[in-house]
Amino acid sequence: MHMTSLLAFTPWPAVSAAIMLALLVTALYLARHTAHQAIHAVTSALARGLRLAAHSVTHAEERLTARNRDVLLAAGREAKERAVEREFARVGDTTRKDLANYPDMHRRLSEAIIRIEEEQEKSVEVPPEAPGWAKAVATVANIDSRNAGAEILADIHKSMVKAHAEAMSDYRKASGERHALLRKMMPDWRMIQETLGRVNKSVASVIERALVIDRHMQDYEEIVRGEDRAVSVLSSSSLVHFFVSMLVLAVATAGAAINFTLIARPMAEMVGGTSFIGPFRTADIAALVIIMVEISMGLFLMESLRITRLFPVIGAMSDKMRVRMIGITLVILLLMASIEAGLAYMREVLLQDELATNALLRGDNIGAAVNGHHGITTMAQMGMGFVLPFALVFVAIPFETFVHSLRTLLGLIGIGVLRTLALILRVLGNGCRHLGTLAERIYDLPLFVPLWIEARLARAALSANAHAVLPEVQS
Amino acid sequence: MKWRFVVGAALLLTACSPPAPRNTGVYLLVDTSGSYAKQVVKAQQIILFALSRLQPLDSFAVARIDTASFTEKNIVAKATFDDRPSTTNLQKRAFASRVEKFVDETKAAPFTDITGGLLQAIEFLNEKQTGRKEILIFSDMKEDLAKGYVRDIPLEFKGFEVVALNVTKLQTDNFDPREYLSRLEAWRAKVEKGGGRWRVINDLDRLEGLL
Repeated sequence: MHMTSLLAFTPWPAVSAAIMLALLVTALYLARHTAHQAIHAVTSALARGLRLAAHSVTHAEERLTARNRDVLLAAGREAKERAVEREFARVGDTTRKDLANYPDMHRRLSEAIIRIEEEQEKSVEVPPEAPGWAKAVATVANIDSRNAGAEILADIHKSMVKAHAEAMSDYRKASGERHALLRKMMPDWRMIQETLGRVNKSVASVIERALVIDRHMQDYEEIVRGEDRAVSVLSSSSLVHFFVSMLVLAVATAGAAINFTLIARPMAEMVGGTSFIGPFRTADIAALVIIMVEISMGLFLMESLRITRLFPVIGAMSDKMRVRMIGITLVILLLMASIEAGLAYMREVLLQDELATNALLRGDNIGAAVNGHHGITTMAQMGMGFVLPFALVFVAIPFETFVHSLRTLLGLIGIGVLRTLALILRVLGNGCRHLGTLAERIYDLPLFVPLWIEARLARAALSANAHAVLPEVQS
Repeated sequence: MKWRFVVGAALLLTACSPPAPRNTGVYLLVDTSGSYAKQVVKAQQIILFALSRLQPLDSFAVARIDTASFTEKNIVAKATFDDRPSTTNLQKRAFASRVEKFVDETKAAPFTDITGGLLQAIEFLNEKQTGRKEILIFSDMKEDLAKGYVRDIPLEFKGFEVVALNVTKLQTDNFDPREYLSRLEAWRAKVEKGGGRWRVINDLDRLEGLL
C-alpha cells in the first residue's frame, strides 16, 4: 500500500496526514506504559545476561590465572630442583675427588712434617765447644816465675789457635750440614704449600657452590611459598625462554630445510619421482620422514642422557636400560647420517647428469656444463649430510623449553583474552541498560504534546488538591 | 552412528581410488613434404626443447608427415620416461640421438597427409592415457593428399591441445593472404569441433608457453 493511498481517506492529504499523526501519537501515548515496560524488560534481560556472562568469564579467567600460576610455580620449582640437584652433584664431585685423595694427602703431609721435624732437630745440634783452655791460662798466669810462664803461654796460645782453627772448621762443617738439611726441607715445604693450596681451592669451590645453592634455595623457598615476586620473575623468564627457544627452533628449521633439500632429489631415485600421496610428492614425504626420524632419535637420545625430560618413561628407566637406549639411538643416528651422506653424494651425481643432459639438449658443450670443482661441493654436501642429523639432535633442548614456555604463554594469552572479553561483556551490559533508558526517551519524543498536557493536568490537580486541603487545615 | 560409517567408507573408497594421471603426453608431427622438409632442423630445436621440459612418466613421440601418415612406421622416436630421473636422462639422450639421425636422413615427401598424422597422434596418446595430451604440428598446414587416400573423417580431440608451430606462408599465401588465414581457420574449426583446443605459435624464440 502506497503512502498516497493511505492519505486518500480525506480529499486533503495534509488533513489526512494530520489525522493519522494524531491517531498514531494517541496510540503511542496509550501504549506508553506497556512499551516502557517492554523496553525495560528486554534491555534489563540483556544487561543481566551480559553481566552474568561477564561474571562467568571473569571466573574462568581467575581459574585460568590460578592454573597458570600453579603451572609456573611447578615449572619453576622443578627447574630450581634441577639446578640445586646439579649444584649438589658438583659439590659431591668436588668433595668425592678431594676426600678420595685425603688419606694419601694426609699421609704425605704427616711424612713431610715428620721429615721437617727430624731435619730441624738435626739442624739445631751445636758443635762441641773448645776445651777449657781459659782456666789453664789463668793458672799459668798465677805461677810466680817470670820466664817459665812465657813459654808455656806461647805453647798454650799456639794450641789455642790450633784448637780455634779446628773448632771453626767443625763449626763451618756443622753449619754446612745444617744448611744442607734446611735445603732438603724445601721440597717438603713446597709440597705442603701446594697441597694446602689445592685444599684451599677445593674449599673455595665448595664455598662458592654453597653460595649458589643458597641463592637457589632462597628462590626455591619463594616459589614454594608462592610469592608474587617469584611468579612475576618466572613469568617473565618463561617469556624470554619462549622467544629464545623459538629463535633457536627457527634456526633448526632452516637446518632441517637444507637437510631436506639435500636428500629430496635423490629420494626420487628410490621411491620414484612422480608418485604422489595426496598433493605431496612421495619422494618429498620420504625425505621429510627421514628428517623427522632423526629428530625423534635426537629426542630419545637427549631423554636417555637425562638432558631433557619430555618422556617420563625414558627418564624412569634403569641406568642399564638407558645406556642401551643411548647406544641404540646413536647407532640409528649414525646409520641415518651415513644414508644422508650417501644421498647427498647421489644428489651431486644426479645434478651433474641432469646438467649434462640439459646441455646436450640445448646444444651446448657438455664439458662446459660440468663444474670443475664438483669434488669439493660433493664432499661439502656429504659432510653436511653426515653432520646435520647429529646437529638436529640438539633441537630437543630448545624444543623442551619451547613446549614448557608455550604452556605459560598460552595461559597468559588466554588470561588476556578472557579479561578483554569480560570487559567487553561488562561494557555491553551497561550499554544495554543505558540503551533501554535511551529507547524510552526516544519513544517519548513524539509524545511531547500529550506528555506536556499530562504534566500540566497533573500540576493543576496537585494545586487543586493543595487548595482543597489548606482551608480544612485553616478551619 | 550410521552416517559416520557412511562418511568413513566414502573416505576410504576415495583414498583407494586410483589418482588422476598428472603426466603429459606429447606427439610431435614434423612435415617432411616438399619445400617444408628444409625446416626440419628447426623442428629438432623444438624436439630438444620439449625433451628438456618433459618429466619422468611423460610420453613423447615424434612422427613425420608424408604421403601416408596414418601408420606406426612414421613414428621416428617414442619414449615413455622412467620414474627415476637418472633413467629419464638416459632416455632423453637416446631420444635426442635418434632425432638427430632422422634430421640427417630425412627426404622430402611428395604429398602431405596431416589428418592421417593427427589420427595416429590421437590413437597414440589415448593409448598412453596421459593426464595432459598435446599434439604439436610442425607444418605449413597445407594438406595435399595423394589420390585414393580418404581423410574426410571427424576427429575426436576431446582433452587434446593442438598447437601448430612455424606455420610458414606459401607463395600463394603471399598473393592472397586470405588463403593462409582461411587455412588456419579451417584447422581451428576442425579441432574445436572435435572438442580440442587450438593454438598457433610462429615465433620459435618464444616457446616458454609450450609445455
